[in-house]
Amino acid sequence: MEENTKGLDAGGKFEFPIIQEQAGCGCGGDNAADADDSGSSLDQPFVSGSLSTPAGLLPKVSSRLTRQDRWGTIKARFGVGRMNYAVHPGLYALGEPDENAPVLVTANYKMSFDCLRQALPGRNAWILVLDTKGINVWCAAGKGTFGTNELVYRIEASGLKKVVRHRKMVLPQLGAPGIAAHQVKKLSGFKAHYGPVRARDIPAYLDNGLRASREMRIVTFPLADRAVLIPIELLGAAKPFALLSLALLVLAGILGRSGFQTNLLHDGVFAVVALFAALFGGAVLTPLLLPWLPGRAFSVKGLSIGLVTALALMMARGVDVGAWAGRVEVLAWLLIIPAIAAYLAMNFTGASTYTSLSGVKKEMRFALPLEITAGILGLMVWITSLILRWE
Amino acid sequence: MGSMIYLKDVATLALDSQKCTGCGMCLDVCPHGVFKMNGQGLQIADRNACMECGACSRNCPAGAISVQSGVGCAAAVINSMLGRNGGECCCGPQTGQNQTAKSGGCCC
Repeated sequence: MEENTKGLDAGGKFEFPIIQEQAGCGCGGDNAADADDSGSSLDQPFVSGSLSTPAGLLPKVSSRLTRQDRWGTIKARFGVGRMNYAVHPGLYALGEPDENAPVLVTANYKMSFDCLRQALPGRNAWILVLDTKGINVWCAAGKGTFGTNELVYRIEASGLKKVVRHRKMVLPQLGAPGIAAHQVKKLSGFKAHYGPVRARDIPAYLDNGLRASREMRIVTFPLADRAVLIPIELLGAAKPFALLSLALLVLAGILGRSGFQTNLLHDGVFAVVALFAALFGGAVLTPLLLPWLPGRAFSVKGLSIGLVTALALMMARGVDVGAWAGRVEVLAWLLIIPAIAAYLAMNFTGASTYTSLSGVKKEMRFALPLEITAGILGLMVWITSLILRWE
Repeated sequence: MGSMIYLKDVATLALDSQKCTGCGMCLDVCPHGVFKMNGQGLQIADRNACMECGACSRNCPAGAISVQSGVGCAAAVINSMLGRNGGECCCGPQTGQNQTAKSGGCCC
């Protein structure tokens, strides 16, 4: 995958050194960075040795990820320990860098760090890790933690000026929203060069005299990058899904025509299946099919998936539309499923790599009231359909 | 598939050509190729591709570019409407004291 990007990429896609995480967005909690001023400690599992430098003994790392590193990435993608998946900020040696080796800057989200070093097999470089509280480059740049002040501070605190003779560094392009290169130069003396969006392009960028092609500068959002974001999307929706499922099961049991258990099995279980279909449409199918769904607003994309899902489900259930109860039930699900799918799809704007805040606000102004109205209305209609069966 | 385009005619990006020195920094940092440099200087060539990340304005030494930046994220906007979490979507507490300008920006 990529490595550092925002997460856009890969959830990480944006990964330039950061990006990869975006997907996860890796937003870590603040507790991720308790190690702040202790510097890059040697006592971390991925450190393979140490290198003696004018700034002291610095941890050495490899471009080869271990099984433990990979497992950590997988866990983070599934939300396990994601908020606390950090490396100590400070200076690291990749390979055997000398005083002329390039300096690459990244965030202290472990996935960002791993993406970066993995992209540089056989290279010697210094990696300067900023304290972004365990958050990837893109997200941290947006918040300002991957920022000018932290970079300037970290240059001083790490002793970088004693370690290299030159005064150049390569920053992830996706870190640019947080860092003003001209101010970095003024404050630290280091000239900041923006590298490519994706860590995998860094070797070519370095070999080309710190020049990136146009393609290297453009953020994309390919299928693989969208797909890795799905687990976190599902996880985010899991709790409301469970609560709502429980409520529907109980309602179906109480309000149905037959005994509690029979109702629960007949209507309640189907309601949970329908909810799951909405979740699947909004949080799985929408990200996967994103470029091919109609409309530009994400809620519209989710709505279309929701309608198709709802219709398919009604056909599968074989609802008797000859009776009023059946017709009302179909109406209920045609309201509820698209509403939920549209809402979840709208939430995916946060993980995408191309939505603007102004656009999201505009979209939400029309979509959110409709989603809420359709959802509540649908629930009322569904309850009505249960009551209608009493006759 | 070309570059993906979100809603049109909403981006708050503005360029002050008088101030632009033509250094080209914005061309480097923009992740969506919004700018182009031609004979008349810098142009906003693809405004609808702008995601308002703010990289260009932050890195413009001449202060020629302005944009109301923030990461487009529905959860962040909802959180900020509810007054929760400083308007972030999934991320931890807002750390920067100076970051309030990002109304509802965040990462995820």
